[in-house]
Amino acid sequence: MSVRKTKHEMPQQRPEERIKNFKEVPYGYSKEIAIEEAKRCLQCKNRPCVSGCPVEIDIPDFIKQIAEGNIDKAVEVLKTKTNLPAVCGRVCPYESQCEGQCTLLKIGEPVAIGRLERFLADYEHNKGVKIPKIAKATGKKVAVVGAGPAGLTCAGDLAKIGYKVTVFEALHAPGGVLMYGIPEFRLPKKIVEEEVDYIKKLGVEIKYDVVVGKTIDVDELMKEYDAVFIGTGAGLPNWLNIPGENLDGVYSANEFLTRVNMMKAYQFPDFDTPVKIGKVVATFGAGNVAMDCARTSLRLGAEKSYILYRRTEAEMPARIEEIHHAKEEGVIFKLLTNPIRFYGDKDGHLTEVEFLKMQLGEPDESGRRRPVPIPGSEEKLKIDTALVAIGQSPNPLIPHTVKGLQVGKHGNIVADDDGRTSVPGLFAGGDIATGAATVILAMGAGKRAARAIDQYIKSKK
Amino acid sequence: MDTCSLGKRVCMYEILEKKILSETVKLMKIKAPLVAKKAQPGQFIILRIDEKGERIPLTIADFDRKNGTITIIFLEVGKTTKQLGKLNVGDSLENFVGPLGMPSEVKKYGTVVCVGGGVGIAPLYPIVKALKETGNYVISILGAKTENLLLLEKEISSFSDEFYIATDDGSKGQKGFVSDVLQQVINKHKVDMVMAIGPIIMMKVVSTLTKKYNIKTLVSLNPIMIDGTGMCGGCRVSVDGKTKFACVDGPEFDGHKVDYENLMLRNRRFIHAEGDACKLAGVQ
Repeated sequence: MSVRKTKHEMPQQRPEERIKNFKEVPYGYSKEIAIEEAKRCLQCKNRPCVSGCPVEIDIPDFIKQIAEGNIDKAVEVLKTKTNLPAVCGRVCPYESQCEGQCTLLKIGEPVAIGRLERFLADYEHNKGVKIPKIAKATGKKVAVVGAGPAGLTCAGDLAKIGYKVTVFEALHAPGGVLMYGIPEFRLPKKIVEEEVDYIKKLGVEIKYDVVVGKTIDVDELMKEYDAVFIGTGAGLPNWLNIPGENLDGVYSANEFLTRVNMMKAYQFPDFDTPVKIGKVVATFGAGNVAMDCARTSLRLGAEKSYILYRRTEAEMPARIEEIHHAKEEGVIFKLLTNPIRFYGDKDGHLTEVEFLKMQLGEPDESGRRRPVPIPGSEEKLKIDTALVAIGQSPNPLIPHTVKGLQVGKHGNIVADDDGRTSVPGLFAGGDIATGAATVILAMGAGKRAARAIDQYIKSKK
Repeated sequence: MDTCSLGKRVCMYEILEKKILSETVKLMKIKAPLVAKKAQPGQFIILRIDEKGERIPLTIADFDRKNGTITIIFLEVGKTTKQLGKLNVGDSLENFVGPLGMPSEVKKYGTVVCVGGGVGIAPLYPIVKALKETGNYVISILGAKTENLLLLEKEISSFSDEFYIATDDGSKGQKGFVSDVLQQVINKHKVDMVMAIGPIIMMKVVSTLTKKYNIKTLVSLNPIMIDGTGMCGGCRVSVDGKTKFACVDGPEFDGHKVDYENLMLRNRRFIHAEGDACKLAGVQ
């Protein structure tokens, strides 16, 4: 039997349409297409895809169920390992994880594991989410700090095995970066809310407006709970540190995206929080966050949306799919350019950015070729808005307020693979421990920490 | 502790008391036990009125740990503060988070001058109280455009060793600016520290004056914020040429090192949108 070499396409909004709205770009598989796609899976005995998944989903098993038309059973298999499939099925970098290990790569494209995961999650949401059996209450309590991907995963897994879990969230909404960072057109907020609702139905309680380190200290939580997990993420924006960065019109990616996504500035004035971008927007950086900024700008009405990046396309950290979507939508890539100064008018509004052309030199510590400035290559570009998307550092609120907690040189909490910190009973995972990474790696960390917390509490008996 | 559930308005911070201090300045006591438990002079809160609301920072004007309340005093300047001013006792706010920022450095300096202008007098009050209770000789100078815009006169004077008022129109106290009175105080006393909270221009003028005499000066800044936890950087200010976040590094900074021009500019970032929002909400 011959296997189809390419993935089944996922229908999506046309670029010229979608840049006028904030609706999700791809529509997802129908049941029929999903079954056809699932039939491409070879059901390899050594299950290479599973080894590529940070949360260890039994991928061939759920695909087999889809191929046989047992969609409900497939959902069940999927959800034994992940609490947030609708999120993962949209924002995971499958190409470098599960799909990157797929045997079919030898003859063509891998099985569209991500699309199948999304199909199952959406199928379940449409049908009504089933709550799994929850183990007998252990009588033990765990506090989770931060309702982002790491915290929610840790909380959900602990609740399933009988712990009473309380999540403390600083903002007024759950989801962390899923809510404030990733735009509606890539991850609809309704999806995030439904996933969070599922976690709550497992018995997890979420308390909002609590800034741990300010409203309550970690020490207090340690006294009241049997263990504490910190998943406060990488909230601190990095800056270019060039003159003019405090001009009106220069935003961190975090501020821009938080205004638009969490505060819904794209619905201003129905919602109270404004954002203004003018006609020409330049985004600095080339990761997923930068693509989100550039694409959001178009949807807010920018006539031109540039990505300025100091290396070349080959070094861009963004997922290929995101770069592809950005190009389709008309984002203009100015590569090998490094900003050196912002200029403003007499009232302090941004008017221009000056940059240097670069060329690639020897590889640096990241293995990517280091960009070197070409002397005398200064150029200027007229812009109304600059979005700085060159990464985030761990949020500093907690690391320095806990006695005896070992903190790394980048301000991250030092934790082992299972989230154990230098303080017994205190666990940490996700971006606060690793520095800015992906949603799925944070979820994997939350999952392993849940296991370690269970072991820790049991060992204390 | 209050709990929120998605989409349901069960997370509520009740308004227990409301006082109209002047036509545009209102005082509210909000039930927020967790915030009250930890609040220190100099810190601030962020509130959101309802699900469509924006998040705005307000410096804490007083706190009552026993009764679990926080007092806020605000000037109705924009859409949210105008809408807030229309709420009454028994109404609730959707979100009220804090205490945020670093507390004031309250210690024994010797002779301290506390300068408050306009609605900036409100957050000055707990600091005056704390400085007095720490054994400082406290000289307070309050300023306003006119007499009926003066706040907390009685409260602040009761914790002050010397107490002065300056009004622009001379309707109460000395006619002129707080900086004129401060100059007279400096002529008379050896001043060890000046704390100034008020309009940006007032803090700038006070800092320029005290710099001449090399007197340590702290100012409390109130830039535009969203999260208040160091995440967005919207509140960044330039202090001594370095970028600081008012929400986590401040809100108090060395008055001699703040770039006031940039702060004024950044606070006007959304002024057009503010006008539109007010018009649409019918709160002009």
